[in-house]
Amino acid sequence: MIDQVWLIPALPLAAAVVNGLFGRRWLHRATGLVASLALGASALLAIAVFVEVLGAHDARRTVTLYEWIGVGDFHARVSALVDPLSALMALVVTGVSFLIHVYSNGYMEHDRGVHRFFTWLPLFVFFMLVLVLADNYVVMFVGWEGVGLCSYLLIGFWFERPEPYIAAKKAFVMNRIGDWGFTVGMILTFLAVGSVTFTEVFEKVGRVDPTLLTVIALAFFLGATGKSAQLPLHSWLPDAMEGPTPVSALIHAATMVTAGVYLVARSTPLFAAAGPALPVVGIVGAITALFAATIALVQFDIKRVMAYSTVSQLGYMFLALGVGAPIAAIFHLATHAFFKALLFLGSGSVIHATEEQDMRRMGGLRRKLPVTYWTMLLAGGALAAIPPLAGFWSKDEIVGAAFTNGYPILWGIGVATGVLTAFYVTRAMYLTFHGEPRDRHIYEHAHESPPVMTVPLALLAAGAVLSGVVLGFPPEGGFVHRSLEPVLSVERPEQHAEPNYVLIAGLAATSVAAGLAGIAVGLAMYARRRPDPAAVARAAGPIYTLLLNKYFVDELYDHRIVDLGKAAFGAAWAFDIHIIDGLVNRLGWLTALVGSGARRIQTGLVGNYALSIVAGLVVLIAVYGGYATGLLRR
Amino acid sequence: MTSLVPLGAFIAISAALFFIGVAGVLVRRNAVVILMCVELMLNAANLAFVAFSRRLGLLDERGSVFVVFVFVVAASEVAVGLAIVLAAYRNRPTVDVDQVHEMKG
Repeated sequence: MIDQVWLIPALPLAAAVVNGLFGRRWLHRATGLVASLALGASALLAIAVFVEVLGAHDARRTVTLYEWIGVGDFHARVSALVDPLSALMALVVTGVSFLIHVYSNGYMEHDRGVHRFFTWLPLFVFFMLVLVLADNYVVMFVGWEGVGLCSYLLIGFWFERPEPYIAAKKAFVMNRIGDWGFTVGMILTFLAVGSVTFTEVFEKVGRVDPTLLTVIALAFFLGATGKSAQLPLHSWLPDAMEGPTPVSALIHAATMVTAGVYLVARSTPLFAAAGPALPVVGIVGAITALFAATIALVQFDIKRVMAYSTVSQLGYMFLALGVGAPIAAIFHLATHAFFKALLFLGSGSVIHATEEQDMRRMGGLRRKLPVTYWTMLLAGGALAAIPPLAGFWSKDEIVGAAFTNGYPILWGIGVATGVLTAFYVTRAMYLTFHGEPRDRHIYEHAHESPPVMTVPLALLAAGAVLSGVVLGFPPEGGFVHRSLEPVLSVERPEQHAEPNYVLIAGLAATSVAAGLAGIAVGLAMYARRRPDPAAVARAAGPIYTLLLNKYFVDELYDHRIVDLGKAAFGAAWAFDIHIIDGLVNRLGWLTALVGSGARRIQTGLVGNYALSIVAGLVVLIAVYGGYATGLLRR
Repeated sequence: MTSLVPLGAFIAISAALFFIGVAGVLVRRNAVVILMCVELMLNAANLAFVAFSRRLGLLDERGSVFVVFVFVVAASEVAVGLAIVLAAYRNRPTVDVDQVHEMKG
C-alpha cells in the first residue's frame, strides 16, 4: 500500500481538475459529490497507509515518483517520505477534510459559486498532502506555496464584497513574508549541507557551523510564523474569517495553519542542534498563546473568537516544540484539528441557521439547534481542556512538558492562557446558546441544519471526545508517543527513566483547576451577572478598549509599515515617471529639436542639392589632388 | 603605339565638357536640359576613359570596356530621369525644377 501513497494526494487533485473543467457547465452542485467521494477514498487510503506504517518493521520509507530538478549536486526528487509522522498528518488532513467536504455540501448548497468552491477545496487538500508527504524542502515548498494560494482563493471566495478580497490580499502578503523566510532557510540549508532531502540534512546537521544552523532554523521559523499566524505575523488569520465557514474550519483551523508546526516538528533534528533557536520558538509560541487568548476574551463575532482561539492554540503547539516536546505538539495538532474544526463547523451551523455572526444578537439557541449545541459543547470542553475530552490530554502534556523540561515561566503562561481559554469558550457558548433570545426575529427563524451538516458534526464530536484518550493514554506512553518516538525523539541528557506520576498528577490537577476556574468565572459573569460583564468592561476601561481593538496591531502595521511601504512605492513611482521616463522623453525631445534645425537643409530645390553634390566633389578632388601632388601628407 | 593627337588635348576637352555639364546642371531650371547636361558629364568621363585606354594600348583595355558600362548606366539614368520628369509634368504642367519642391522639409 505504501508504494501507492501517491494516490492519496492524486485523488483530490483529480477531483479538483474534474470540477474545474466541468463544474461550471455540467456538474454544478454535483461537484460536491465528486470532491467528497475523492476525499473519502483518499482518507481510506490514508488509514491503510497509516496502519501499514505502524506495522512495518522499518518505520521510514521513501517512495520516489520521478526526479524533478537535477542540476549538478542539487537534486529535488518528487518523492514521499512515509513515516509515522507524515502518515499521521496525512490521516488527520484527509479525515478532517473529508468530513468538512461532506458538511460543505449542505453549507454551500445555495451558493452560485459552488463549483468554484469544490475546485479550490480539493486542490487545497492536494497541496496540503504534498506538503505533508514531501521528503525534501523543495517539494514541501511547492505544497507550502500551493496551500497559500488556495487559502487566498478561498478567503476571497465572495469577491463581490470588498472585505473578503482585502482579507485575501492581506493573508497573501503576510504569508509572503513567511515564505521569504522559508526560501532563505532552504537555500542556506543547501549551501551548508549540500542537500535538501530531510534524511540527508538531518544526518549531516552536526557538521554545520552552529551560528549558521541557528540562522537556518530561525529562517524556517519565520516561515512557520507566517503560515501558522504567530506573532508578529498573526493578524491575517482573524481577517481570513471572511471566507466561507467550512474554509475557516479546514484551512484556517485544522490543517493549513498547522503547516508551520509540522515544518518545525519535521525539522526537529535541525532545531535541536541549532541551540538558541528552540527557546525562541517556545517564547514566541507562549507569548502568542497568551496574546491571542486575551483578545478572544472580548470579541463579539463568533468566528473571530474561534480565530483568535486558533492563534492561541497554535501558540501552544509552538510552545511545545520550543520546550523540546515535539510529540506533544503533534498530539495537540491532531486533537485540535478535531475540536477546532468542530467548533468552526458548529459556528457555521449557527450562522447558517441565523445568518448572523454577532453573538450579541443570539442567545437561547440551544433549544433550536440541539445537535449543534451538544457537539459544540463537547468541542468547547475539549478546548477548555476538561478531562477526559481530547484537548485535556494534549494541552496538559504541553504545559507539563514546559514545567518538567525546565521552563517554569512558560508553564505559568500556559496555565494562565488555560484560564483565559476556558473563560472565552464559556462566554461564547453562553452568549450563543443560553440565556434569553436577544433578537426575537433571528430566534424565531433559526432552524437546525440538515443531516449532511449535522452528521459530520457528530463524527467530529466523537473525535473531539475520543482522540485524546485513543492517541495519548497513558500520558507520555500512549499510542502517539510510541509511534512518533522513532521520528521525533529529542536527545536529552537525562532520559526520563521513570515518569514521576506525582508530578504529572499535580501538573494535570493544576491544568484542570485552571480550566474549571475559567469556566466558573465565565458562568458567574454571564449566567449570574455577578459581576456584570458590562461593569467589568467599564472598570477595565482602557484595557478593554485595547483588547477590543486587538492591541491596535492592525493600526500599527497600517501606520508604520503599510504607510512606509506606500511612501517607498510612491518614491519608486516618482523615480520611474521623472527619471526613467523623463530620460527617455528628454532624449526624444532632443532628437526632435535637432531634426527641426536640420530640416532646413532639405530645401526641396534640385539646384541646392546639385550644388552640394558639386561642392562635395570639389572637396574630394581637392583632397585627392592634395595627396597626389604631395601637398597633403597622411 | 603613338598618336598624332597628344593626350593632354583629350583631357582638356574632357574637362571642358565636364564643367560645361556641371555648370548646366547648376544653372539651368529645365529638367530635360539638366538631364542632357548630366549626359554631357558622363560622356566627358567616357572621353577620358577612352583616351587613357588608347594611351595604354594593348596593355590595358579595361578603360574601353568601362565606357560600355557607363553607356548602360547613362541609358538607364535617362530612362528613369525622363520618367520622373514626365510624372512630375503630369502632376503639374511644368518642367521647371524650382517649381517642384514638395519635398521641402
